[in-house]
Amino acid sequence: MELNLAAIIFVAILANNIVLNQFLGVCPYLGVSKRIETSLGMGMAVVFVMTLATIVSWVIFNFILIPLDLVYLRTIAFILVIASLVQLVEIVLKKNNPTLFKALGIYLPLITTNCAILGVALLNIQMGHNIIQTVVYAIAAAIGFTMALVIMAGIRERLELVNMSGLLQGAAVTLVTAGILSLSFMGFAGIMTL
Amino acid sequence: MTTLTQEFSKGIIKQNPVFVQLLGMCPILAVTITATNGFGMGIASMFVLLSSNIVVSFIRNVVPPRVRIPAYILVIATFVTITDLVLNAFLPSLHAALGIFIPLIVVNCMIMGRAEGFARKNTLGRSVIDALGMGIGFTLALTILGIVRELLGAGSIFGANIMGSSFEPMALFASPPGAFIALGILLAIFNYFYRKFGVQ
Repeated sequence: MELNLAAIIFVAILANNIVLNQFLGVCPYLGVSKRIETSLGMGMAVVFVMTLATIVSWVIFNFILIPLDLVYLRTIAFILVIASLVQLVEIVLKKNNPTLFKALGIYLPLITTNCAILGVALLNIQMGHNIIQTVVYAIAAAIGFTMALVIMAGIRERLELVNMSGLLQGAAVTLVTAGILSLSFMGFAGIMTL
Repeated sequence: MTTLTQEFSKGIIKQNPVFVQLLGMCPILAVTITATNGFGMGIASMFVLLSSNIVVSFIRNVVPPRVRIPAYILVIATFVTITDLVLNAFLPSLHAALGIFIPLIVVNCMIMGRAEGFARKNTLGRSVIDALGMGIGFTLALTILGIVRELLGAGSIFGANIMGSSFEPMALFASPPGAFIALGILLAIFNYFYRKFGVQ
């Protein structure tokens, strides 16, 4: 069990990084990675929401959808859960923790359409994790996302100073950079398997 | 007022969801290992986009503005579930190849973007034409990237061998890093042509 959890963490953060290997959350990855500060903010918001959303959808899947034989409704159920959860988190944070709300507030609405959240919730069900594995997997996947985002932001801050062809500027060079990053992350594949 | 032809063609070239608006990046990168998968994903997304645009345009005067986003998500999710079930029943191999990215059509920002940005303000006819144009533009982009990656990564196009037996496949383009790099270079090439012909 212990080794299994360690393997889940290692695979989710490094070997199967959700952005660089599974292509989940590429839109925010390209959109919010201009500065390290904002990418950290976005990353924290994703850690928060992804963990909550994955746990809640695990509970809904196992205690509502399976007993009622409604598994085919999981897409609708999960996206509704995620959308309302984001709203709820926004309201609760605004009331109880204005500082945190100030830091994460602007990223929260963006998260509803972040396919990484729904993707991890679905992958988690597919992998058949139990509740402890679910929590660990969700946190690790979100940390992997944050790490990839911050690394990319660091590279892009430097890239802005580089003199390059206008054709490559913006998304094109960011994608090629992501490709090289993904290539280096491939080195982690096979070190540890689930 | 734009003409209907302009409304249709803008999604294919001028406002191509992939090459110009950079929307729906996740499925584009993930499923384009082969041209067939890319084309299949494009058609599936186009079906969802068309159906949701029709419904959203239909209910645009009924839904209160405050709850419009959840309402649109529900509409889109319903059509995605239909697509998921239909593909599973009739094209199981494509369903297996696209995997998790079929349910993830729900969060494809292109579809939400068209509902929010176009269908809720336009008539049924215009919304249909807009969805067809955008859907074709999206399918075209997915198929082009699929062709490039399949040609370089496996030496074939739509499963038909092109390069002959002496060609050594470049495994990079069949793997995740290859997807990023191929799309980045394609974007740069499209930027070149867009500038040359002054489209933007």
